[in-house]
Amino acid sequence: MKYIRSFALFWWNFIVGDDWRVAAGLAVALGLTSLLTHEGVNAWWLLPVAVVLLLAGSLWRETRRAS
Amino acid sequence: MSTSTILVVAGSFLASAVEMVEALTIVLGVGIVRGWRSTLIGVGAALIVLAGLVAALGPALTVVPIETLRLVVGALLLAFGLQWLRKAVLRSSGYMPHHDEDAAFRRQREQAAQAGHEERAGLDWYSFTVSFKGVLLEGLEVVFIVISFGTAQNQTGLAAAGAAVAFVVVVGAGILARGPLERVPENTIKYAVGLLLTSFGCFWGAEGAGVDWPGDELSLLAVIAFIGASSFVLVRLLRRRLSPRPVEAPA
Repeated sequence: MKYIRSFALFWWNFIVGDDWRVAAGLAVALGLTSLLTHEGVNAWWLLPVAVVLLLAGSLWRETRRAS
Repeated sequence: MSTSTILVVAGSFLASAVEMVEALTIVLGVGIVRGWRSTLIGVGAALIVLAGLVAALGPALTVVPIETLRLVVGALLLAFGLQWLRKAVLRSSGYMPHHDEDAAFRRQREQAAQAGHEERAGLDWYSFTVSFKGVLLEGLEVVFIVISFGTAQNQTGLAAAGAAVAFVVVVGAGILARGPLERVPENTIKYAVGLLLTSFGCFWGAEGAGVDWPGDELSLLAVIAFIGASSFVLVRLLRRRLSPRPVEAPA
């Protein structure tokens, strides 16, 4: 059990990292891009904008704690 | 050679070099203090595990449809790359200390000197496990980047070549320097790698989701420029926030 937990924790840290909200936000942005594309909207702009907003949000939360 | 191919090779080289510099610091710290035999056996064992992983994962991924692969790889690269970029912005703005390879080396040496001596299977167990874990963990990131870059762009050979060149350069420099490579501009490289991983993730993730990029591969450069410029603005804003406010003179 201990090894399974360590294994899961390793992959969680590897992929999700310090801020799970970023990973969740990316999943939503990718899902939304897919949805819009299948509705006929070429939403190439959505993901880059989402990435910058998610990065800014995560940095804001992190530095607010430190300030 | 197309723009994305050059960026795949460059990204693979830089990411691998940074991880290998960190692995080299661990191996040198342990090897110098406790001897080389067990340390190098640990390195060899980790390399065998990593090679097995590449041999198993590489061919398995070729049977996945390219659109699905790009969506999954893009999502993973985005999550992974944003972690690098986030840390790079925090370091550049002063909210997180810069990674100091010399300090890491000294810490590693102190820990190696203080650790007790336990022998298992004829090996100094501390040297073996520390070098094995260090090379395996840093190597996993290299494998992840090389495989994702290679399969999504259908150029695994070139991505692997980038990593192989990084291996030769870092190990060669380590042997020549006989110490940690503290003069490598590691934090700047990490910033560049974070930017590349995030931009590639954006590009492939969106393609996998069905997006048709205007300008095709050239838009990758625009994505890098957009995310790069935005992250620089964030660094400037955070620096301004961190700098001490001038104390007002009493009236």
